[in-house]
Amino acid sequence: MPLTTESTLRVVLYEGADAQPLAAGARFAALTALLEQGFAVTRTVAGGRVAPHSRGPLLVLGQFNDGHPPDLENSAGGSPVRFQDITGLDATGIAGAVEGVRADTGAARHGDWKPWFPVIDYDRCTNCMQCLSFCLFGVYGVDEQNRIQAQNHDNCKTNCPACSRVCPEAAIMFPKYKAGPINGDVVQDSDLGKEKMKIDISALLGGDVYSALRQRSDAAKARFSKERDDKKALQERQKCLAKLASAGDIPAEVLMSLPSPEEILRRAGEAKAKAAAALAAQPR
Amino acid sequence: MTNTTRILYCHCQYAQAVPPEVKAAVLRQLCESGVAFDAVADLCELSARQDPSLPRLAAGGPVKIAACFPRAVKWLFHTARADLPLADAEVLNMRVLSAAEVTAALFHAELKPNLPPGKVTATDAPTKAAA
Repeated sequence: MPLTTESTLRVVLYEGADAQPLAAGARFAALTALLEQGFAVTRTVAGGRVAPHSRGPLLVLGQFNDGHPPDLENSAGGSPVRFQDITGLDATGIAGAVEGVRADTGAARHGDWKPWFPVIDYDRCTNCMQCLSFCLFGVYGVDEQNRIQAQNHDNCKTNCPACSRVCPEAAIMFPKYKAGPINGDVVQDSDLGKEKMKIDISALLGGDVYSALRQRSDAAKARFSKERDDKKALQERQKCLAKLASAGDIPAEVLMSLPSPEEILRRAGEAKAKAAAALAAQPR
Repeated sequence: MTNTTRILYCHCQYAQAVPPEVKAAVLRQLCESGVAFDAVADLCELSARQDPSLPRLAAGGPVKIAACFPRAVKWLFHTARADLPLADAEVLNMRVLSAAEVTAALFHAELKPNLPPGKVTATDAPTKAAA
């Protein structure tokens, strides 16, 4: 199911009237356990402000007096609301109960996908389409105004920041990346220089990264056909790709999982055609 | 902190980008305080899902957000079509600040807007994906 069509379960920790507040330590343990399972949790207190509810199922947790939830006004706008008495449950028990409700409501299960995808800084982006032209995995597309956007987030290869390296404006972020400016840190002039150097790296490798990959792959394939030694061929391919991996900080598993040279050519051609069409459609 | 300022905490669950001891200390302080707050497991995941909670969080008035770099947070919300109000949002960066610095800012009366001011508003946002 596409990421954007799944509903998510919102959990509210209720400590208001007709409920006993949790001890601070128990509250911390419960929230930690729930967050580690991927849930969003709202802690409410009298007079405090939190985000209003949106579509999707809602679960209210509390140590309700007599085990019964209070008569709360239902302001969830028709969303299904459930109540769970957590009296006597420890953090593990609370997390288990919430997971049970999640499964029961068919809400999104968290943690199956590491949220790794390009986040575009439109203050910097010039809509040059280099990222669209570069990406082989169909992550990028354009909107109705031919503006670049990341469209298929879950197509992105985890831990691979390669497209951010080809952006001449350092406009592509991966917030979970280890270093700036790709992680979202402020872009310095010196960073722009570095990014340009990284583009030159691909030129040094033989015109572009993909032609270099094709050459490596062809060589490995030739060796494989002679030697018929899977393990040796794989080792050689890994060795040849190591330089590319370190130059662009591209995970080796991403490089190793690239499709056949023919498929790379086909996808690269498609991506370049999409980028060219988007550029041609831009107002001059 | 004014009584209209909300707090949003991001646990950055699916990466080690935020030091675990910092996020644990910030969350513990929030839990020990008497304030209401919203906590999300991972803003990146919500952004990728275009989760409807992000527009609500963005549009609900002044907000302090304990998360990562302000530039990243700004565009994560934008990706979910939920631009944060530039004048009413302060992002506390748990990747570089200490837990004490983050909690002091969260509980301080004053909100110091620090999103990068830029050209983009909701009207500049990319629209529905073209076919």
